[in-house]
Amino acid sequence: MTLPRVRACGWVAAAKAAQRRHQAEGAGGPRCPAPRSQRASLYIHWPYCEKRCGYCNFNKYIPRGVEEAAVRSCLVTEAQTLLLLSGVRRVESVFFGGGTPSLASPHTVAAVLEAVAQAAYLPADAEVTLEANPTSSAGSRLAAFGTVGVNRLSIGLQSLDDAELQLLGRTHSASDALRTLAEARHLFPGRVSVDLMLGLPAQQVGPWLGQLQELLCHCDDHVSLYQLSLERGTALFAQVQQGALPAPDPELAAEMYQKGRVVLREAGFRQYEVSNFARNGALSTHNWNYWQCGQYLGVGPGAHGRFLPQGAGGHTREARIQTLEPDNWMKEVKLFGHGTRKRVPLGELELLEEVLVMGLRTDLGITHQHWQQFEPQLTLWDVFGTSKEVKELLEQGLLLLDHRGLRCSWEGLAVLDSLLLTLLPQLQEAWQQRISTLVPRG
Amino acid sequence: MGTNLDLFQLVGQEKIDMSRFPVENIRNFSIIAHVDHGKSTLADRLLELTGTIDKTKNNKQVLDKLQVERERGITVKAQTASLFYNCEGKQYLLNLIDTPGHVDFSYEVSRSLSACQGVLLVVDANEGIQAQTVANFFLAFEAQLSVIPVINKIDLKNADPERVEKQIEKAFDIPSDECIKISAKLGTNVESVLQAVIERIPPPKAHCKNPLRALVFDSTFDQYRGVIANIALFDGVVSKGDKIVSAHTQKIYEVNEVGALNPNEQPTHKLYAGQVGYLIAGMKDVTEAQIGDTLYLHKQPVEPLPGFKSAKPMVFAGMYPIDQSEYNNLKSAIEKLTLNDSSVTVYRDTSLALGAGWRLGFLGLLHMEVFNQRLEQEYNASVILTTPTVPYKAVLSSAKLIKEYREKEITIINPAQFPDKSKVTEYLEPVVLGTIITPDEYTAKIMMLCQARRGVQKNMMYIDQNRVMLKYLFPLNEIVVDFYDSLKSLSSGYASFDYEDAGYQTAELVKMDILLNGNIVEELVTVVHKDKAHSVGKVICERLKDSLPRQLFEIAIQAAIGSKIIARETVKAYRKNVLAKCYGGDITRKMKLLRRQAEGKKKLRKVGNIEVPKDAFIKVLKTQPDK
Repeated sequence: MTLPRVRACGWVAAAKAAQRRHQAEGAGGPRCPAPRSQRASLYIHWPYCEKRCGYCNFNKYIPRGVEEAAVRSCLVTEAQTLLLLSGVRRVESVFFGGGTPSLASPHTVAAVLEAVAQAAYLPADAEVTLEANPTSSAGSRLAAFGTVGVNRLSIGLQSLDDAELQLLGRTHSASDALRTLAEARHLFPGRVSVDLMLGLPAQQVGPWLGQLQELLCHCDDHVSLYQLSLERGTALFAQVQQGALPAPDPELAAEMYQKGRVVLREAGFRQYEVSNFARNGALSTHNWNYWQCGQYLGVGPGAHGRFLPQGAGGHTREARIQTLEPDNWMKEVKLFGHGTRKRVPLGELELLEEVLVMGLRTDLGITHQHWQQFEPQLTLWDVFGTSKEVKELLEQGLLLLDHRGLRCSWEGLAVLDSLLLTLLPQLQEAWQQRISTLVPRG
Repeated sequence: MGTNLDLFQLVGQEKIDMSRFPVENIRNFSIIAHVDHGKSTLADRLLELTGTIDKTKNNKQVLDKLQVERERGITVKAQTASLFYNCEGKQYLLNLIDTPGHVDFSYEVSRSLSACQGVLLVVDANEGIQAQTVANFFLAFEAQLSVIPVINKIDLKNADPERVEKQIEKAFDIPSDECIKISAKLGTNVESVLQAVIERIPPPKAHCKNPLRALVFDSTFDQYRGVIANIALFDGVVSKGDKIVSAHTQKIYEVNEVGALNPNEQPTHKLYAGQVGYLIAGMKDVTEAQIGDTLYLHKQPVEPLPGFKSAKPMVFAGMYPIDQSEYNNLKSAIEKLTLNDSSVTVYRDTSLALGAGWRLGFLGLLHMEVFNQRLEQEYNASVILTTPTVPYKAVLSSAKLIKEYREKEITIINPAQFPDKSKVTEYLEPVVLGTIITPDEYTAKIMMLCQARRGVQKNMMYIDQNRVMLKYLFPLNEIVVDFYDSLKSLSSGYASFDYEDAGYQTAELVKMDILLNGNIVEELVTVVHKDKAHSVGKVICERLKDSLPRQLFEIAIQAAIGSKIIARETVKAYRKNVLAKCYGGDITRKMKLLRRQAEGKKKLRKVGNIEVPKDAFIKVLKTQPDK
């Protein structure tokens, strides 16, 4: 079978056209009929930042100078290698994350996209997202990213309060953020997302809701609300630990979250995932793929992937992690064509656990059809229908199990991690029973 | 006068003829002292001086064999040594019967003392009389022993032996010129202690012609030889091959070995009336050689010596392995320890929260601590020890219950067995007579503390210009947890405390339940005095609040007496706990965490539908010295 291959520059042109007439097909809807094992999303990690943010413990580096050509060539090489290894024919979305990928040159983004389009089918309307920070993304640069094929922006706005931005160690101001947002909307209408944080030390509910209201006056069709989690090893963690800052109050954060959800719902947003809100169908298809446990390839230092290495003759989906440190990663890519540091085959039960954990984060939850794709024999009813403890959760109105499938209620979504502590053991138990009934039959 | 090295060397080679020591040349004595006043150091010097142990060796506290004893400067297990001493041409046999250095072991002390005719009362020249000095003095005084006061540590810079002499005169009515001032550390004047032993302590009243009557005043267990009983012969003679009977168990044994202690066992042909030594007779278990028991020759029964009591535990605590997989190791460690300490009572017990374990009865708090330390140090076992409780009693009024228990007065060890008030005439709680000695500047604070512990003042006197001795009657329960620490901290460490058993008194006791959303938590049922119920209930509720994780619903924590709620705390429901960011990169870590949490959840004890982690129980039940 040969798949249509669009020449790189042609792909960009087609993508631009598609972007203009883009209509989101609605998450969870019917997908391309190509077999699942030949489809994947692609995550590209740009590991560099201008400055260390006080809350971030991601895999990022503050370099003195980046040899961008070398990094570019390695990203391209690794993307090509992994596409080959995976046997993936169709790349459904690309996401440039980091780090601060908007610090990379548009040329690098173009090179990667071209390589992808050469190695696999990259549909013209495939979602190509770039994470951008307000300061580092002057209008002309954003336009340049659009020219090379980026069709969606995720802006790390975080706060509209200058004092909070300073606390977080961000380099931009609230007005920078709003200006960048306006430019982005102009360049990528309907395709801009903003992040807003909640639950910061000393943050109060009223003022935070004020920020959210202000943001609603300026934002596009996608908002992510993230509760700050204090991570060990960050400056913020140390400050709280030393008592220089008050510890974030989980009660207040919970209140902000609940009230924020209501405000966004009233503004016409669909909460399609724990932290993600979209209107006019502007869901992120790339992220949706994660929550649906679709395949994805991770390219770049420390990037994670989950795919079946079909091209290499594999039969089991693997969890893969690329080498963390950029210089080492580059050495390995130059030597072996990829910097995969760790490959762990996922067992059937493990995969089902991920389907459960990730799927319940979405508003659709896990539909019976979706579940069946991963586990044809045990239905959701088989697994969860008879458990007394699950029944208690259903009765408490935290969980729903019906003809559509299994999903969290509005209240349940906020406490999903507690629900999972009941659901996971239940799944494990049902799985064990299935195994033990299968054995005697042979 | 001087040491008799010849005899000592002889001892090392062949059996000594104990008949060489007629009763009039024997002195049986003990050393009693407050902690750290130098009892063991003096014992070491006496042993060296008489050539019992070699001076050149490092003889630091030879008699204290246990690690905890050396560390804490206390003697838990009594040791005994026979000293051979030549004085004015006469060969003396001086039996030093060491006693446990704490009032928890006052029964053992009293039994050891009953084998003696005199004591050396050692007092630190710097610290002066302390609470334990007083308690020990009265034990000796009641046993009608000759008391030789020894003021030790006169070499210290701040030593004030004259002041201590006056204290001794005031508190014990002993003329100050009877005090011997020494430095055991440097050996100063120790020889005169030996002379005083010979001159001031009478020989035992014993008769070789009478049939054998021997007191068991201690026993140890040897893996290879079985029980080694330390005995004092009041009458008669015992030798290898004799058939003997235990007055307590009526079991008959054949004597395999007798001998003297120097302080290690040294076989002899015989032991004679008035002498002290050991005996091995095929006893398999220390309970067969109980302290205070009388041994006599088969078919020649005698009147048993007075004062025998079985060990009576006064403090109970639950003991559980931290991990249930450690159960068997802990079990064997406890068995090994109790082989040497029959005073620990062991009942198997199971807690829904803490798993399989034991309810152990101890003679007192220190005894419990020592036992726990030995488990940790000698057997490397870490355990959860629950807050100690005391044995309450109830006088039953219900005929049905009396029939069921077959007695009118029952002892309540486990709060779950606490009978309802309607079936009881009265409840009783154990009380102790406490002695506190303190510099007078702390008296007011200490009296407030004692009052808060329901103490009743019985006496107060100045033992010198600025030291006060207070006597209080305390409910034992009020001092078992943190009384000693509180006393020490509010007196900057200067007050000392000791107590003795004072029977039982009527008490208004109630059973307090702890409820989680209306469900009783069985392991937290507590028996408490009515006046203390509110404060105790509040503390338990607060500790639970701090240690109960939030759940998907609100939890009401209540302390209740019957249907009356006396304290309440609330744990709010979880409102948000879902991980905010979860995309491709986070999954592995997130899954690992969730699996581990789900695994942990399986082990949680459920009270109603509330999951209670073991930690929460431990935090509530565990001994917490600083409340």
